[in-house]
Amino acid sequence: MAYLVSHPDEVKVVSSRFGKGAASIETYLALDGYSSARKAIELGSDGIIAEMKASNLRGRGGAGFPTGLKWSFVPKQSAKPKYVLLNGDESEPGTCKDRLIFEHDPHSAIEGVIIAGLAIGARMGFIYLRGEYRYLLTIMERAIDEAYAHGFLGKNIFGSGIDFDIRSHTGAGAYEVGEESALMESLEGKRGIPRIRPPFPAVVGLYGGPTVINNAETLATVPHVFRIGAAEYAKIGTERNGGTRLFCLSGNVERPGVYELPMGYNLKKMIYEVGGGIAGGRALKAVVPGGASTPVLLPEEIDIGMDFDQVGKAGSMLGSGGVVVLDDRVCIVEFALRTMRFYQHESCGWCIPCREGTDWLKKTLTRFHAGGGVAKDIDNMRYLAENIMGRTLCPLGDAAAMPTIGFLKKFRKEFEDHLDGKPCAYAEQGDAALAPA
Amino acid sequence: MGTIYIDGKASEADPKQNLLHACLSLGLNLPYFCWHPAMGSVGACRQCAVKQFKDAQDTRGRLVMACMTPAAPDTRISLQDPEAVAFRAGIIEGMMLNHPHDCPVCDEGGECHLQDMTVMTGHDYRRSRFPKRTFHDQYLGPFVYHQMNRCIQCYRCVRFYRNYAGEDDLNAFGISNEVFFGREQDGVLKSEFAGNLVEVCPTGVFTDRTLRRHYTRKWDLRMAPSICGHCSLGCNTTMGERYGLLRRVVNRFNSEVNGYFLCDRGRYGYEFVNSEQRIRAAQINGAPTSVTEAKRRLSSLVAGGQQLIGIGSPRASIESNYALRRLVGKDRFFCGVSDGEWERTRAMVEILQAGPARSASLRDVELSDAVLILGEDVTNSAPRMALSVRQSLRQQSFETTQKLRVPLWMDDAVREIAQAKRSPLFIAAAGATRLDDVATATYKAAPEDIARLGFAVAHEIDAKAPEVPDLSGEMRELAATIATALTGAKHPLVIAGPSCRSISVIESAANVARALCDNGHSAALSLIAPACNSFGLALLGARPMSEALAAVQDHGDATLIVLENDLYRQLPAKLVDGYLAKAAHLIVLDQLGNGTTAKAELLLPAGTFAESDGTLVSNEGRAQRFFQVFVPEDGIKESWRWLGDQSWSSLDDVLSEIGTEIPRLASVIGAAPLSSFRIAGAKIPREPHRYSGRTSITANISVVEPKPPDDPDSSLSYSMEGASIQPPAALQPFFWAPGWNSIQAVNKFQSEIGEALRGGVPGVRLFETSTGGGYFDGIPNPFTRRTQEWLLLPIEHIFGSEELSAHASSIAELVTEPYLALNPADAAGFLAEGKPTVVEVAFGGLKQRVPLKVLAELPSGLAGIPAGLTALCGEELPAWCRIERAS
Repeated sequence: MAYLVSHPDEVKVVSSRFGKGAASIETYLALDGYSSARKAIELGSDGIIAEMKASNLRGRGGAGFPTGLKWSFVPKQSAKPKYVLLNGDESEPGTCKDRLIFEHDPHSAIEGVIIAGLAIGARMGFIYLRGEYRYLLTIMERAIDEAYAHGFLGKNIFGSGIDFDIRSHTGAGAYEVGEESALMESLEGKRGIPRIRPPFPAVVGLYGGPTVINNAETLATVPHVFRIGAAEYAKIGTERNGGTRLFCLSGNVERPGVYELPMGYNLKKMIYEVGGGIAGGRALKAVVPGGASTPVLLPEEIDIGMDFDQVGKAGSMLGSGGVVVLDDRVCIVEFALRTMRFYQHESCGWCIPCREGTDWLKKTLTRFHAGGGVAKDIDNMRYLAENIMGRTLCPLGDAAAMPTIGFLKKFRKEFEDHLDGKPCAYAEQGDAALAPA
Repeated sequence: MGTIYIDGKASEADPKQNLLHACLSLGLNLPYFCWHPAMGSVGACRQCAVKQFKDAQDTRGRLVMACMTPAAPDTRISLQDPEAVAFRAGIIEGMMLNHPHDCPVCDEGGECHLQDMTVMTGHDYRRSRFPKRTFHDQYLGPFVYHQMNRCIQCYRCVRFYRNYAGEDDLNAFGISNEVFFGREQDGVLKSEFAGNLVEVCPTGVFTDRTLRRHYTRKWDLRMAPSICGHCSLGCNTTMGERYGLLRRVVNRFNSEVNGYFLCDRGRYGYEFVNSEQRIRAAQINGAPTSVTEAKRRLSSLVAGGQQLIGIGSPRASIESNYALRRLVGKDRFFCGVSDGEWERTRAMVEILQAGPARSASLRDVELSDAVLILGEDVTNSAPRMALSVRQSLRQQSFETTQKLRVPLWMDDAVREIAQAKRSPLFIAAAGATRLDDVATATYKAAPEDIARLGFAVAHEIDAKAPEVPDLSGEMRELAATIATALTGAKHPLVIAGPSCRSISVIESAANVARALCDNGHSAALSLIAPACNSFGLALLGARPMSEALAAVQDHGDATLIVLENDLYRQLPAKLVDGYLAKAAHLIVLDQLGNGTTAKAELLLPAGTFAESDGTLVSNEGRAQRFFQVFVPEDGIKESWRWLGDQSWSSLDDVLSEIGTEIPRLASVIGAAPLSSFRIAGAKIPREPHRYSGRTSITANISVVEPKPPDDPDSSLSYSMEGASIQPPAALQPFFWAPGWNSIQAVNKFQSEIGEALRGGVPGVRLFETSTGGGYFDGIPNPFTRRTQEWLLLPIEHIFGSEELSAHASSIAELVTEPYLALNPADAAGFLAEGKPTVVEVAFGGLKQRVPLKVLAELPSGLAGIPAGLTALCGEELPAWCRIERAS
């Protein structure tokens, strides 16, 4: 199990119960647990959605879509059952926040699913954990059992006359299944390949029923919105970016870990103060601000607030909140290769630009880093990445292309220095720089 | 229609379609892979990218996939935009990273969609310096050859196999660039439509395993339009020949009949033409003889003053049957099938001609939104229809799709919306059927009870239809459910046929269709015929076989002429022995040796579909013409030519005489243009312009180039020279267009993608609806099982039950062993512990030993034997039989 870190700048909302034994329902109740679900029952569907809109909570999965708005799209009347789906397929390299939620505060996820269910009139929710999180399933299932035992799930939850069930499920290890429609395919027992939209999940989702699918952090935040009040919650962050965010600070920093900071928190400060600066007092080379799929930022680009809009303006994305810090020992070609190796491995195989493009890129980068690159490889890699960008069926293609374009654009010289069979002059200690501390 | 702008040019486009469909319909070349006109768009290959502009002012535009974008009015796109052109070439480059450059040794070479598209995009230089990926290939059965390294992962195969054909043993495995398409392990593909993978696959992953044995490039094939003769549906095919050997059959698009797909019996049955069993020379008393001698003997027997008795055939063309009828006189022309079959066939024709329901084409079947099948396992009795029935199941879900404004071509989304919702399909049959998995409800019962259910449904729909006496509550409830489903549909369809050997089943189906029509529903009726020209023979008219025996007996010195018909498959062996023994002379015309030909005094080699011209009438009532693809070197001739002797100079003469003599067949002549038809004075070449070796093909025999055979019967020529523009659809010898060498060249010949070929739908429909007639009231009593006897029924098998295709070597591999089937409870008394049981079946003085097979869904009291596969196949069934365990 991971150990927890903390910093005075943290605003503990989602993580407020971390490390307090809240995986047990008794402790969770003692810490004000399930009070939000009761409140939500009183508010009713429209009230819940109004509250969510007021909180300015935006989806924590990466795209940042306003949660209240998403829930409001679900039709009130539906011939088919409606579903709530918690996306716990946390697979973006550099991201490890949902893991802590499942481990330390599984009831908040359950409570969030219940509230979302109340909002859209669903009677069934699913909690989907990535295959690699199978070891957390026992915690989650025990929490679900406890909730049933207390009458918070099942028939007549909280004595409200409403029935609501939750089932947990794990994936089989495909990154692609983190994409919401591919996740639904996976949950239905099919190949994890994204669906075509329209129809959108809010209309035709899981098993053809209207479905709300939210990231685990989003749903785990929901009870806290009701606990502290939407207006209060919205005040925490910046304009249009309500609340806090679990940032996963990793790489070559002194104190890596998951920190809950207000939206809009300065990235430079995050690295140098919260994270304690670059490990061993080395120089910063680059920062990947939101998980492996987001374009890299140079040291001079990191004096920005970490919210969806500001990071976007800086030419990258807030993504999943996975901040990866690279120091001057890291060879960018090797880092690009590692990134590409991941996306190539995880391409679902559906559409050609991504399936073939990532493979060609991986092979080129592998050879390139080994000293077998030729000058035209650099332009070809740029071409391949751009040929993927925006032209695939799902965003996995973009996820592979964006960082590659970023590396080639910002570190072209480093690529050129690998040419003519020269040994890599950057990776001082080879793989060691990229190895976990 | 709306106006869209393509590279600045205004064009008409159907807004309900997508841009790829629109571009191809306009005759433009836009490459694609994953899209298929019958299977819609899924956006996998990204090959059809075009640049779309917001409006006339937008000059930047953005790349969109044409197959995923509606052809909405005022859409502005560019195919020529440099970015789009480069992207499309890049997609091919991506595919070519791993696609082997083995075109010269690949069976697909020369008719490969991937080759065509590669040339179309202009990708011609390999920049990748990496080795190619390899896969393990699988054995997939006798029909389809698997070569996975060539795969470009377009997902068409699994979409066809799983979504369209509804079978599940082919799938995509793995992810990233190692996606594998195959079975979980080597084995015969389960689907009866697996052969379509050969055409669905845009490259050489799935190729024709039978063609492989006698391989010829498409461009070296001599081809002709043909009609499949292996069941009554009349699917349109293209046959290909070289060096006197029939090489293969491929689909020939007909929008009303088979569309883009064939069944495996139709695709692979062709090899009987090359069979060792073929009768290639005339024989007199078993000894080969010359054509001249055979002709001399024929005319002496015919003119010898003896009574001539002709026995026609449901698998011979109208022309051949007519020639025999003319020769022997219509009073001495007999139908060649059992009285029961003849009665059922005539009843079906009568119902389709005089009834109010439209005789359904396969397209009608596909567009139906509620189906009732009475007494048929269509997958085994009229296979291609099962594929159409499967598509009909989607119809009702389209309403929701349209409400959500999702276009019907957006295939994955449409299937997502539909989920498990299927249009109603009710199947009443005497056992399990291959469509049971998608049926709303099935009813397994004896023929009498199937008919009673049909009559009960009719009565539920229309009180004027006769009521079924002593109806059980259960059956009444089921009948009411079916009636509600049919009346609630926009296009209800009833399917029935002869499999149960019961005229009541057919009449009950007619009642249901009539009840629907009389109550304002636009219902269609599809009646499956026993053989490819059963309806043609019935329209021609013949006397029943029971009267033939008397005719033979009346004249001790009669000469019997049997046309393309193994009587031992049609009638009880004892009876046939009797006919043949009593006739003074026996003349048989046939294609393959069989029990009847073995007894012939004069045996004449009859041409198969590949070697003759003629007309067949399908179960829809569509008269369609097939054309010879080659002239056999030996004495093989069309039966009508043998029998007509010198009286006709061409097929046209036969057809016009038929038109004069038999007015109800007058329109048959219009099934295809006459032999005098020319395009700008030229005939239509059977050979593609790249056909090689014409001058040297027989050089091993003589270096003198022989004059190509003349073809007096059609406007097709034995040459690669001739008309170069599109011929009328019925004469289309093959699909080929500049830049389009694969079968997908059909795009260039359609009025609109997926719609009728330009120049009309081949064939003429002979049945149209009528207001006459009334309800049938011959309601049978319920079936009551007997204690020591079982009602023996034939069970149709796609592979084996049809006479000719069973001689094709690939199909022969899949033909079931003879068996006697009982349901588990009935079989229990016979089963020997732990080992195969053989039983002896006895009825009507006959005994047959067969292995016992347990069939879970066979109703109690019934026994089944495979149709056409045992020595009992000529016996009139159903019959009560006794069963004993053989010692």
